[in-house]
Amino acid sequence: MEYRSPVRSFLEETADPNNVLVNLGPSHPATHGTIQIIAELDGEKVVRADVHCGYLHRGFEKEAEHHTYHKVIPYTDRLNYCSALNNNFAYAETVEKLLGIEITPRCKWLRTLLCEYNRLADHICCIAATVMEMGAMTAFLYLMTIRDYIFEHLNWLTGARLTYSYGRIGGLKNDLPDGWLERLEEILRIHEKYIDRIHGLLDRNRIFIDRTRGVGCMTPEHALNWGFTGPMLRSTGIAKDLRKDSPYLAYPELDFEVPVGIQGDNYDRYYVRMCEIDESVSMIRQCVKNLPGGPVSIVDDRVILPEKQRVYTNAEAIFHHFKLIIDGTKVPAGEIYNSHECPNGELGFYLVSDGSGRPYKLHVRGPSFLHIGGVHTLLEGYQIADVVSTFGSVNMIGGECDR
Amino acid sequence: MTYETIAEQLKELYDRSWDSFGMLVLEFPAENIQAIATRLKEKMGFDMFLDLTAVDYPERDPRFEVVYHFYGSKHDLRLRLKTLVPETDPTVATLTGLYGSARFMEREAHEMYGINFSGNDDLRPILLYEGFEGYPLRKDYPIDMEQPIVEYRK
Repeated sequence: MEYRSPVRSFLEETADPNNVLVNLGPSHPATHGTIQIIAELDGEKVVRADVHCGYLHRGFEKEAEHHTYHKVIPYTDRLNYCSALNNNFAYAETVEKLLGIEITPRCKWLRTLLCEYNRLADHICCIAATVMEMGAMTAFLYLMTIRDYIFEHLNWLTGARLTYSYGRIGGLKNDLPDGWLERLEEILRIHEKYIDRIHGLLDRNRIFIDRTRGVGCMTPEHALNWGFTGPMLRSTGIAKDLRKDSPYLAYPELDFEVPVGIQGDNYDRYYVRMCEIDESVSMIRQCVKNLPGGPVSIVDDRVILPEKQRVYTNAEAIFHHFKLIIDGTKVPAGEIYNSHECPNGELGFYLVSDGSGRPYKLHVRGPSFLHIGGVHTLLEGYQIADVVSTFGSVNMIGGECDR
Repeated sequence: MTYETIAEQLKELYDRSWDSFGMLVLEFPAENIQAIATRLKEKMGFDMFLDLTAVDYPERDPRFEVVYHFYGSKHDLRLRLKTLVPETDPTVATLTGLYGSARFMEREAHEMYGINFSGNDDLRPILLYEGFEGYPLRKDYPIDMEQPIVEYRK
């Protein structure tokens, strides 16, 4: 049987007869995520590269048009599966804005806390994978240990380790279990101990610096031109962060810095992520301190499922429950673009509603999609071995790239 | 730079403008896209092409709405542009000459909705495969239709 790429490459012949074409992927140990890179090599140097994604396309936007607003939430988990809570809350807020709902103060602070907690896990995962591909197995295992503590801890809260589906339009699935915040502080302490070891292992490590310093450099104009956001953009020295620039949730009340890099190379991207981890820890502690009491979900039977006890005893509640499950929340007609600062960059939802219970159109602006659109510019001109470290530091997540 | 000055400076290029949850929306004839984008980028500091998509309204004429989002890093403003294109000739000019990010997003809009971007010579599919028939995000493409690239195992 003949196997060929689903999409032909524009690199079918080399410009120079001495150059060689090399195919990496779609399944390759150096690319975490299913992605194909076809590179033209001059010796060990990458002259041109053609990057193909799309192997994880699931038709998110088509599916969303055929589901009620609530049923889209599990699909959003699978966008950036390393930080599903951020996606959940970004989506929920988009619909809430269209509905004109104000969430409760406890929900606002809890969402902020969980966003930062999941950002921590995402950055840890990104750094772990990147350094592991460069051979740093110890750092990988230290970081994965932390990540596992966080996942187990979120499992206690949400019932799942990775795809939480914890956000709800108008609130959250449930309140914190008893003792959850105490365990959170314990984990943060362990985390700080481990992250100090990572700083010790990597920051001034000669091998690590040789592989990352001055590799995959870009200017701020270049990053903006290619639509890069998040740590990618900040590594070039531009302090652009949606949490500061157009604050949402409880971010305006938090005290935090926006770390930036110098020259937009792999080391800067690593270091920006490490600094953001520290900021996140500080923000989580501020959230715990300021966490108000009260309910986590609004009381509005047209939006959020009524309590089970009421469904069994109250005729109106059972009716609302039925309508919510069958027809879904009726969202007023209109259109909105709402974006959150997710660990990888700006995750935007463009939602068009026609007044029915299902989205008329739900478009996702996934940061990874734009990053992959411009990643070839960071690969060209460097060595073939640098593909691994650059690709790792871009942190391509197939779920949100291919949707 | 405020929304008022943007609307004022582009006044002859668009037909309608309104506010959508705090974001300025301009609807303009399809042939003006390059003129608007050039001015946005060079005169008004909209240095990031944030997002591009299309919306399908099968019962309307013109059928498709092409939606652009821009962002300016200097002034933190976001802007939505909209243009309507008919089913018979769904063509708008490309923005690849101005923004690198247009390259991938135009490819996606092309494979999902069949919008043609004149001037973009690389409209290969990204998320689908070559030889895929139809445009999956159009409303008339059934959700349960299957056309696997590799035959299912019997």
